[in-house]
Amino acid sequence: MKGWMGKLKVFSLLGFLALALAGCGKENLTALVPKGYGAHTSMKLIILTTIIMTFVFLVVMIVYVIVLLRFRAKKGQEDYIPKQVEGHIGLETVWTIIPIILLIIIAVPTTIATFKLADDSDAKDHINVEVTGNQFWWHFNYDDEKVQTSQDLYIPTGKKVYLHMKSSDVIHSFWVPAIAGKMDVNAENTNTMYLKADEEGVYWGKCAEFCGDSHSLMDFKVIAVSPDKYEKWVKDMKSFDPDQKPETAAAQEGKDLFKEKNCMGCHAIGSSPIQTAPNLTDFGNRSKLAGVKEPTKENIMQWIQDPESMKPGNKMTGKYPAVSKDEAEKLAEYLMQLKPSDVTPESVSE
Amino acid sequence: MSVTATQKRGLGSAIWDYLTTVDHKKIAHLYLAGGGLFFILGGIEALLIRIQLMKPENDFVSAGLYNEIITMHGTTMIFLAAMPLLLGLMNAAMPLQIGARDVAFPFLNSLGFWLFMLGGILLNCSWFMGGAPDAGWTAYAPLSTTSPGHGVDFYILGLQIAGAGTLMGGINFLVTIINMRAPGMTYMRMPLFTWTTFITSILILFAFPALTIGLFLLMFERLFGAAFFDVSLGGNAIIWQHLFWIFGHPEVYILILPCFGVFSDVFSTFSRKRLFGYTAMVFSTIVIAFLGFMVWAHHMFTVGLGPVANTIFSVATMAIAVPTGVKIFNWLATLWGGRITVNSAMLWSLAFIPSFTIGGMTGVMVATVAADYQYHDTYFVIAHFHYVIVGGTVFGIFAGLHYWWPKMFGRILNEALGKTAFWLFFIGFHLTFFIQHFLGLMGMPRRYWVFLEDQGLDTGNLISSIGAFFMAAGVIIFFINIIYTAAKGEKVSGDPYDGRTLEWSIASPPPHYNFKQLPLVRGLDPLWIEKMEGNGKMTPAEPLGDIHMPNNSFIPFMISFGLFIAGFGFIYHNDNMIGTIAMFGGMAIALLSMLTRSVKDDLGYHISKEELEKEAE
Amino acid sequence: MSHHDVLHPETLPAEPEKATLEGRNKYLGFWFFLGGETVLFASLFGTYISLRNSTADGPSAHDMFGLDLVFIMTILLLTSSLTSVYAMYHMKNNAFKKMMLWLGITGLLGLGFLSLEIYEFTHYITEYGFTFRSSAFGSAFYTLVGFHGGHVTFGILWLASLMIRNAKRGLNLYNAPKFNTFSLYWHFIDVVWVFVFTVVYLMGKVG
Repeated sequence: MKGWMGKLKVFSLLGFLALALAGCGKENLTALVPKGYGAHTSMKLIILTTIIMTFVFLVVMIVYVIVLLRFRAKKGQEDYIPKQVEGHIGLETVWTIIPIILLIIIAVPTTIATFKLADDSDAKDHINVEVTGNQFWWHFNYDDEKVQTSQDLYIPTGKKVYLHMKSSDVIHSFWVPAIAGKMDVNAENTNTMYLKADEEGVYWGKCAEFCGDSHSLMDFKVIAVSPDKYEKWVKDMKSFDPDQKPETAAAQEGKDLFKEKNCMGCHAIGSSPIQTAPNLTDFGNRSKLAGVKEPTKENIMQWIQDPESMKPGNKMTGKYPAVSKDEAEKLAEYLMQLKPSDVTPESVSE
Repeated sequence: MSVTATQKRGLGSAIWDYLTTVDHKKIAHLYLAGGGLFFILGGIEALLIRIQLMKPENDFVSAGLYNEIITMHGTTMIFLAAMPLLLGLMNAAMPLQIGARDVAFPFLNSLGFWLFMLGGILLNCSWFMGGAPDAGWTAYAPLSTTSPGHGVDFYILGLQIAGAGTLMGGINFLVTIINMRAPGMTYMRMPLFTWTTFITSILILFAFPALTIGLFLLMFERLFGAAFFDVSLGGNAIIWQHLFWIFGHPEVYILILPCFGVFSDVFSTFSRKRLFGYTAMVFSTIVIAFLGFMVWAHHMFTVGLGPVANTIFSVATMAIAVPTGVKIFNWLATLWGGRITVNSAMLWSLAFIPSFTIGGMTGVMVATVAADYQYHDTYFVIAHFHYVIVGGTVFGIFAGLHYWWPKMFGRILNEALGKTAFWLFFIGFHLTFFIQHFLGLMGMPRRYWVFLEDQGLDTGNLISSIGAFFMAAGVIIFFINIIYTAAKGEKVSGDPYDGRTLEWSIASPPPHYNFKQLPLVRGLDPLWIEKMEGNGKMTPAEPLGDIHMPNNSFIPFMISFGLFIAGFGFIYHNDNMIGTIAMFGGMAIALLSMLTRSVKDDLGYHISKEELEKEAE
Repeated sequence: MSHHDVLHPETLPAEPEKATLEGRNKYLGFWFFLGGETVLFASLFGTYISLRNSTADGPSAHDMFGLDLVFIMTILLLTSSLTSVYAMYHMKNNAFKKMMLWLGITGLLGLGFLSLEIYEFTHYITEYGFTFRSSAFGSAFYTLVGFHGGHVTFGILWLASLMIRNAKRGLNLYNAPKFNTFSLYWHFIDVVWVFVFTVVYLMGKVG
């Protein structure tokens, strides 16, 4: 019994040590290392409330421990009858008033922050992106710039980027913990929020509203780059010619297959407004395949042949004729060389 | 479980007795058994969730099955485990606490139970009939309206039937408490558990109809082609969220308030002191209930309601911390200066204070709108509501079961097993859920079937999963304790704890008419008053006379059974003829049973004075 | 109180519906039930109000509703509420036959209301092709008004079974609470109709 308990102790100690080492989670994902305006705003309130609440908890615990130490029934007390106290107006007033004061201390900055985050009066002076949530991918339409992309959202650092979000099916929720809190993406109305990133980086975004089988695989990236690089990226994306000839023969065959298999019926390459399925213009630059997998050739081939095995419940499965291994490889070759810009996730994540 | 009596009468007649009983004490047994069964099911589902999340990108269950498991875990635990277990405790203790011979509507009491039970069974039949509901226990449209198969239909019909039962329970308790208190039992002399039962019943009465309508709309949409939530026809899915949370937020107070009552009674009894600040405790309960109706949209901070609505709901939510804080301090003040006995019931109650305080603190944190944009729909929220629902409700149910077990069954639960179960569960609980606060902030949304490698989430999830097994071990030992106690448990007198309230003034288990003569209540903690004045027992308020009792009835079961069949009918009526037949047939059974009830006189029977005198000898 | 005293009382007290504990319980319990029903209808009204303009290019309230028919329906139902008051008045005076007469009239007025409502629905469906599935407005309209109509239907069935069951045995302390409960219910659906009339028809035609 003792050995077992000992092991348990060592084990839990190790566990907490590991946790301490992991610290606040993975950088550029965790909300505990804020790197954008919204995340900073939330973090300040998180710290404030944690301090106040820890104080309250300590007060409760001090009284609690004293009670348990002093007032446990002792031997020989069997017939002891404590004084039957009805109450105490003074004490009861104190522990009504103090919490009210503490809550006011929390409520005031909360209100200010909430209104600040909701203020979109200056949207027209900034970059505006239409965001569409789909089962289980994200589409980004830079309407003013006439640039369309999916899964990877590029934004300039230090600037507000307004997102106007709508869903094409069920409710999703757009969340980039390191940069800003989340906002639901509904089908019936457009919700607006803004991102403002402090520094360059590839930030993980997640869908936070339960949306079906692959809810947990609906990741996306926010790629924050310097304003200069951002300008370049926009220019590159705009000047990309979907008809340009790929360099290798295999890629060329893949390009033909893309047409032949009618992939383009759903997937746009270039600034076409088709949004049935992810836009593939910068597919070769994406940091992840389908939001979550490494973009290796094998993975891409597996996706093309059997997307269901990677993302259950996706809308691609069964919508196209069977693809042989050979064809899949050629398609992968074609897609992987779609690199319209040298501003890429790698270029910032080093 | 009056095992000996059961064996004498034979199993068949015992089953028939329970099928037809209208005695609140037996209905309490039924609720506890039914709720206990579903608690085990919900617990198994919880373990499956934690096994799946033990390591990154685990493939223990598929995405579809995982979604079914989380949906059923939430739905089962809230509607089919926690609520019925609480209704069981209310049925067992409340009428005794106010000195009543039964509830106001014994027939409805039975009907309420059977509706719950058959609704719960209907819901769980989905596992064997093409898959369980998979849209989350909140069933947000349009995910729920577009979910393929019949899973969500089972959710709708099962909850509709079970919910109707709960509503009846609520009305029944309200009328019981208002009309059937013993002479002298004024409102401000009622034990806190009776008070919280009363206020909980008001919450049930005004909250459940919103769910009823929500479920009807969902049902009409899925089964009859309505367009409430269909954007292409002008619908709006946010309506479902409003209706659900107008019900759903009071619902969490329905789950916690009765437990506040249990803790109040337990603290008072085992510190041998009257409850500190009784009046404040009553009014804080009322304030919590009142505010509980004003805060539903704090579940919807990220929906896009705008900063004005968000701030109002945020401040209203924070306000609830005030009466809750008053309660915590009043409990501590009750213990202060007392003579505290720590047994199992008290362990669960004492453990509640720090656990629930943490849950309350994180409650204020998630009410902080601009910070909630980070917490919302993450494991932080999972941690928060498990701290209040497990740390509050489940601890409260265990405390209540230990406390009233001897009253219900005449035998006291084993202390050694009780304490072992407690420690395992308590350690497991904090191991499972404390770490989840951090997981949420580290970027883990809720309802994630898998989390990815290399995102800093592995260790936390592993610790959480280990904790879940400790909790499971605790629950298993508790059930072993029940079996052990039924077989070999120590028999106790009517008043094993030197109790303070009326339920301890009669035998354990009580006779089916509860009080031979209604007691005269002379103040708060009436039995304690009599003890202090040297009488030792209650003074009767009436001479010995005939006692009027309600008749048993099989009709509640038949009505529920009819609706159960009709439930299947509604689900399948679009698929085949049998479905349509079941729909009409089931409704016919239910309605004809109701008609029978309506036209057949049922005046009950009398236990004569002579019989009562004979029993006394 | 023995069964005989309940079923065959020699004289009825002033408020026979509240003379027994069961009667008092029923009276209070039914009031609570109506409280729950209020939330039920409030939820339906809320849903209707938020969807009443969501016609999806189908017919709108303004296109279809005619106030004259609805006005007659309103009169019928309001009158039936009044006749049920008469019935309860006679119950308290232990005038069983008069009570039954007025209850009968109440039921007939309810039937009249129901027939007009069915006519109204048929009219919308055949004339305008406006159904439950036409639009969110259609679903919300038929659900709200239909729930009320369903309550009226249930009320008529309830009244019929009460009247048939007790036709030959007169008033006693066992059935008086039942009649009284029915009357409470009937008033309630009448009040709900006033809101339906205002929110659905008046606001639909004018607003």
